Amino acid sequence: MDAAIKGKVWKYGDNINTDIISPPQFMELSIAEAAKYAMAGVDPDFAAKVRPGDILVAGANFGSGSSRETAPLTLKHLGVGAIVAKFFARIFYRNAINLGIPVIECRDADKIASGDLVEIDLGRGVIRNLTRNQEYPCSKIPPHIQELIVDGGLVPYLKKRV
Amino acid sequence: MPKTMSEKILARAAGVPAASAGDILWVNVDKAMLDDILGPRVEIAEKMLEIKDEVWNKDKVVVISDHYTPPANAKQAEIVKFTRDWSKRHGIDNYYEYVGPCHQIMAEYGHVLPGTVVLGTDSHTCMGGALGAFASGVGSTEMLGILLTGKTWLKVPETIKVEWTGRLAPGVMAKDISLKTIGVVGHAGATYKTVEYCGPAIEALSLDERMAITNMAVEMGAKAGLIAPDQKVVDFLAARDITTGYELITSDPGAVYCETHAFAAGELVPMVSCPHEVDNVAEVGALGKKAIHQAYIGSCTGGRYEDLAAAARILKGRKIAKGLRLLVSPASQEIWKQAAADGTLSVLADAGAAILAPTCGVCVGLHSGVLADGEVCISSTNRNFIGRMGSKNAGIYLGSPLTVAASALTGVITDPRQFI
Repeated sequence: MDAAIKGKVWKYGDNINTDIISPPQFMELSIAEAAKYAMAGVDPDFAAKVRPGDILVAGANFGSGSSRETAPLTLKHLGVGAIVAKFFARIFYRNAINLGIPVIECRDADKIASGDLVEIDLGRGVIRNLTRNQEYPCSKIPPHIQELIVDGGLVPYLKKRV
Repeated sequence: MPKTMSEKILARAAGVPAASAGDILWVNVDKAMLDDILGPRVEIAEKMLEIKDEVWNKDKVVVISDHYTPPANAKQAEIVKFTRDWSKRHGIDNYYEYVGPCHQIMAEYGHVLPGTVVLGTDSHTCMGGALGAFASGVGSTEMLGILLTGKTWLKVPETIKVEWTGRLAPGVMAKDISLKTIGVVGHAGATYKTVEYCGPAIEALSLDERMAITNMAVEMGAKAGLIAPDQKVVDFLAARDITTGYELITSDPGAVYCETHAFAAGELVPMVSCPHEVDNVAEVGALGKKAIHQAYIGSCTGGRYEDLAAAARILKGRKIAKGLRLLVSPASQEIWKQAAADGTLSVLADAGAAILAPTCGVCVGLHSGVLADGEVCISSTNRNFIGRMGSKNAGIYLGSPLTVAASALTGVITDPRQFI
């Protein structure tokens, strides 16, 4: 598989919770409709400006709060290529993997800014900031989880193998 | 080797002799709970059609429509209808609607048993730890896997021990214990871990009060919130004709904890969590005169019988402040009936409260009490995230039912001890 992900960064702070990523008032809509309000709690324009393959970078505790899978689902619908954070809330992390979204933990997330172009090497556990010519160590994704991500998540992964 | 409750319950569920924190186990799920908002209609039903449209064991699946009940619009009504029809089609007898928030219903109807593993599509599923179950929230795709196989993999978490010595003073409630603990541990301090509450102050609490504590373990990022099951749990279950089929599993003396906190309950004062994070905790007295527009008593965290009775104690014979609204939603139909039968609801209504259906709607801003721009609410619920109850320009404070009731009387966030 191609283990590198390259994209433009949208950067947010610490404690971006699931009510921010997926506001509860829009959960009765379809995922396509609800996605228009993704990240509305901190950036109402996020859905309009993010492009497929872009990378969302945040601080500590990304995805805290609800178990709502509409949070990673709406980000996936918008084409977010990967999410980098210092660390993730437990249920969100599991949900993202199950949906095939690479979630990468990086202590140096603060060194990355909106607009930077970064390349993530999932196998080696390195983020290259091409804009700033810097490298940061990050969590690795083991090959069997990479397969699941490449397949598009747990469901297509299982369908192929069960 | 001495083991924690989490290690022992998960080893039992995995059918292995022993497990330690850090082990990854395939566990058999004892009860799988789906709600309306994150249940079948989010990916689950459609994807099951593509794989195998049959649940592994219909007696172990519980479906509860609680967030969109009563529905505020046609879309919400369609979701409840879909959830109801899906449950019927899959032969799930344990389907509930309009009877109250899922975690309360799971406990009341005997679906949460000591020593078992309970997983649900709502993050506050961890409330079941008050009954000695390893209960945790999962996402919809993970639930899909559980519905098909009855199993999932779980990493055995490390445990943070939180000990509360002594006794609570009058006017101070379990909710204050919960908020104080979250303020110290922090909203990510227990990420991937179990928080186990113990000590004389916890043992002295009723199950109503214990549930208010374990419910909010996830607000520290925890996978589970546990309290050692005791005779009160046995009595709670016996009142529901459940006397067998469970095991009281407790932590061994000498079990290994990754972190320990100790608090003196006698020194605790009423606490509030301030906008917009649950661990933004302060003593009520430190806030000054913070004006409110809405006060809310309800939800799976703060709408149990003892919560309503506590509020009634200080609202009896008094009227809420002019221009303010007090909303009350009993956490279940059973609680509604009990509070109606003994006059508690009348006391609240006489004071000026609007009594609502048992629902999740207010807590998460879906219906019945949505906040406008610039409004401030004090609530006995579990989350004060930005925009949660409506406008993102509204502020939510969390406090005990006593603090909410006292604040409703004065119109500003108020220490309830002056009314005790």
